Order: sequence, then structure tokens, then C-alpha cells
Amino acid sequence: MIEFEGVSFTHPNGVLALDNVDLRIEKGETLAIVGENGAGKTTLVRHVTGLLKPAKGRVSVDGVDTRTTTTATLSRKVGVAFQNPDHQLFSESVEAEMAFALKNFGFEPDVVAKRVSWGLQTFGLEEYRGSSPLILSGGEKKRLTLACILAWDPDAVILDEPTVGQDALQKERLAGTVRMLGAAGKTVVIVSHDIEFLWPMQPRVVVMKSGRIVADGPAAEVMQRREALDSARVAQPQLVAFGQELGAKPERPFVDALGARRFIEGRRP
Amino acid sequence: MTSILEIESFGFRYANAPRNAVADFSLEVTEGSILVLAGPSGCGKSTLLRAVNGLIPHMYNGDYSGDVKVAGRSVKGSEMRELAQTVGFLFQNPENQIFMFSVERDVAFGLENLGVPHDEIRSRVDEAMELLGIASLAKRAPHELSDGQKQRVALAGVLAMRPKLVILDEPTSLLDPRTAKELVELVARLRKELGTTFLIVEHRLELLVEVADKMVVMSGGRKVLDGSPQEVLMGDLAEGYGVAVPAVTKLQKMLAGDGLVRGDRMMTGTELAKTISQAGH
Repeated sequence: MIEFEGVSFTHPNGVLALDNVDLRIEKGETLAIVGENGAGKTTLVRHVTGLLKPAKGRVSVDGVDTRTTTTATLSRKVGVAFQNPDHQLFSESVEAEMAFALKNFGFEPDVVAKRVSWGLQTFGLEEYRGSSPLILSGGEKKRLTLACILAWDPDAVILDEPTVGQDALQKERLAGTVRMLGAAGKTVVIVSHDIEFLWPMQPRVVVMKSGRIVADGPAAEVMQRREALDSARVAQPQLVAFGQELGAKPERPFVDALGARRFIEGRRP
Repeated sequence: MTSILEIESFGFRYANAPRNAVADFSLEVTEGSILVLAGPSGCGKSTLLRAVNGLIPHMYNGDYSGDVKVAGRSVKGSEMRELAQTVGFLFQNPENQIFMFSVERDVAFGLENLGVPHDEIRSRVDEAMELLGIASLAKRAPHELSDGQKQRVALAGVLAMRPKLVILDEPTSLLDPRTAKELVELVARLRKELGTTFLIVEHRLELLVEVADKMVVMSGGRKVLDGSPQEVLMGDLAEGYGVAVPAVTKLQKMLAGDGLVRGDRMMTGTELAKTISQAGH
């Protein structure tokens, strides 16, 4: 469980990035954080592994205050895939990159080998095993960072803009991975502008604006609130806007195109 | 109409790679047009872009076949510094491209490298910053700016070189939807005012549909679809190639299949809702 209590944070340049944030993320929850560029989303998730410490308030993971422990200890519990994969790839080969953290966390060599193979296969990177991570495309690098994190089996994962550089098929697979993690009882926090990616997963949605949380609730409820979304510069999912125009019941929004079709066919005389 | 980019049966296999990254690829791009390049991850898009800006064959070893010409000059036979003045490249993440202490120094960086005279640099930098609406940020440190502003700074640096062809690699992926829309509008304006040609790699297509002239889809290193955004997205094949067909377009195609709406012209969500309501469904 991850908890923010009255957390404020000011960047060295004087910009207030988090303004008295209260947020409780339960174990096993899938949560999406949305909001315009600069709303404080990335700053918020950097607090979870103690990369940033709150200027005011308290951040805790499973009851442990992030100020009283190390980032290494917290990382074992919470894996973070950063927005820019270039910030976390540095090994000579894709295989070595995947093995790096596993070795650091003290896994046995045969376990390391097994998990590396699992990760490369699951994320379609097997053919690059011996290649330098630097020759990968942006999308492949993103998948590699995610594979690295899932390999050490943390309780929670934080994905900062995971769909960048991913095509439609990869996004579907990624959504599948998120669902699988949810089913396995993992906590998943996704920071994303890609509303169309988030919507079908129906996560809990937290909307941020100027360092504050301005809306928080199930996707089906939050995504109906056009004014709140507009003020935070968040787009409504296409199918929600479409449903509103068509006069569909707000409590039963269209999760996908098939759902919309069923509704329309149901109304035919 | 003049072609700014001519790709003739281009193929490339990286040194020690088991197969070609791009094979038998031909394409002509008209000057002043906006072309969107889509396709699954690993389909050869990055390789193609490298072949246009000269990184292939000048920086990557491998087997090269066919020819790529920018503004009538073969990329293979041109030097990198010449190409840098014809082809501009905006990286996916502006943080990989901006690094100086002030915005104006950053915008001037490429020109300084080419040894352009000081007065000329001054006027071109001012012009580019004006064009992108970042003149007021001239003295600011780039790392303090928002992501949308950083992207504008990087793009100003590219435009200051006055390239004929600008390549944008997933330019909207890190931007919130509103900022992304502003960038797309900016691209449309620059095309109109400067006659610049844009080659845009993008997965989020809903924003670009309205401004793009052409959409090319790659798969397995080959060109598999080539047409107007309408033709490509309303066609039956796009989804199979990993193209992100917008949710409303998917729905329109389903409803067109049921005979409820037309299937020849793409509609926005509002249009589709109106059509359905008017038809009494």
C-alpha cells in the first residue's frame, strides 16, 4: 500500500510541483494518473521510491516512511519504468541489462537466467539478446525497461508514459500485461496522456492539475465529468464523448466500439 | 509538383543482422506535403528515417541497395553537414536534443556548428523563435521549461537551419492532448507559411488525420499501405498491420457494415452521433 499524506514539493527553481497531496493507493489496485504537462504527475511518482523526498507531509510504502529507508530497498517493492528509457539503460547488451538488477538483488544465477529468458520472450526482445540496448527503437527500449522491472517481481509497478513509441498491437499486449498484473494482486500505477489506452482497462483515475488532485474515482465516473477534465486539459475518451452526444446512460458508458454498437442496435425500432 | 524526397527500391541490412531491416522500399514525397509514416514497432521506420537524414549509410555499416534522394541529391553521395541543412530531425524526446544553458543558445547550436556568420545566426535564431512563439523564453534555461515548450525549443533549433524536409519522430507522444493538438496545428501552419515538407512518424493518429496528405504503413521492412489517411484508416487492412485506428472510426466501420451509416467518408464522433440520431436509431 502506498500513501501520500499532505505532501508538498517545490522544485529547486521555485515551482510548486505538489501542493498538499493526499492519496491512498490500495494493494492490488490499478490506478491511472492523468493531467496536462507539468501538472505534477511524474514528481508524484518519483516520491514513491524515495527519489524525491517530500518537503512537507509524508510518503509511505507498506507503512514505511520513504525518508527512513533507501531507494534500493524501496525499489525491491516498487519497480519504476521511467518516461525516458535512456535514463535507465546502460549495459553492454540487452541480456546484461535485464540481469543487472536481478544480480544486485541477490538472485541465484539459474534464477537470473530463467527470468532474463522469460522477460525477453514476453516482451518480444529475444532477437536482441546480445545487442546493445542503444540500437533498440524507442518503443523497444520502453519494453526492455518494463521487462527488467517485472523480472524481479516487485509488489507494485509504476509505469510513466508506457505507451510512448508503442504501436497498436504492443499497446494491446501492454494492456494485457497490466490486466495480468492486476489479476496477480500487483499494484499498478500508470501515468499517461494516452486516454484511449487507459479507458478500456477501466482503472481508478486520478486527475492532477497544478500539483493538486482535482478528481479521483472510477474511470466510468471521472471520464464523464467534462468540465473537470477540460480544466485539467485532459481529453475525454472518444467513446465517452460519443455516448454523451447520443444520450447513453452515464452509468453505463461505452467501454469499446462493440459496446456502442450493441447500444445502437438495441435502440432500433 | 516537385519531389523533395525520392526513395527508389531502397533496402538495408545492418552489419551482422540476419535479415534486411528495410527491403525494396519506394516512395515519392511532394514538396510542401505532410506525410505520416505508421507501422508496428520494429517494422523498419527508424531505419528508413536514418536513410533519409544520412545516418545510414554514413554512421551505420551494412548492405545498402537502391537509392534515397533528398532535393534531387543522393544521400549516399552527400556529406552529413550538407544533409544537416536540408533535412531537420526532431527526436521523440526533446530532452535528448536540448542541452544548452539558454533557449537562444540552444536554437543557435546547429548553426554555430556549421560556422554560419554571427549576424546571420542572430537573425535566423530570432526568426525561428518568433515563428514558434518562444521569443519571450530566449534567456530561460531549457530544462526549466514545460515539455511542450521544450519541444518548441528543439523544433526552433531544427527550423533555424531552414531545412526543406523536417522529420518528426513521434512528436506528440509526450504531450498532453491539448498541447499535442497545438503542435499539430503549428506543423500545418509551418507547411503553409514556409512550404516545409514534414515526414511524421506517429502512433496516435486521431490528431493527424485532418492535416496529413498521405499515410504510408510499413510492415516487415516493406511498404504495405499507401494512400490518404481516409483511405488507409477506413480500409480493411490497417488494423491487421498494427495501425491504431481511432475508436470512433472502428465503430463507424462496424456500423457501416450493418448498413446504418456511410462507410466511404470518415466521421468525427460528433458527426457520427448526429447521423445516428437523425436516422432515428
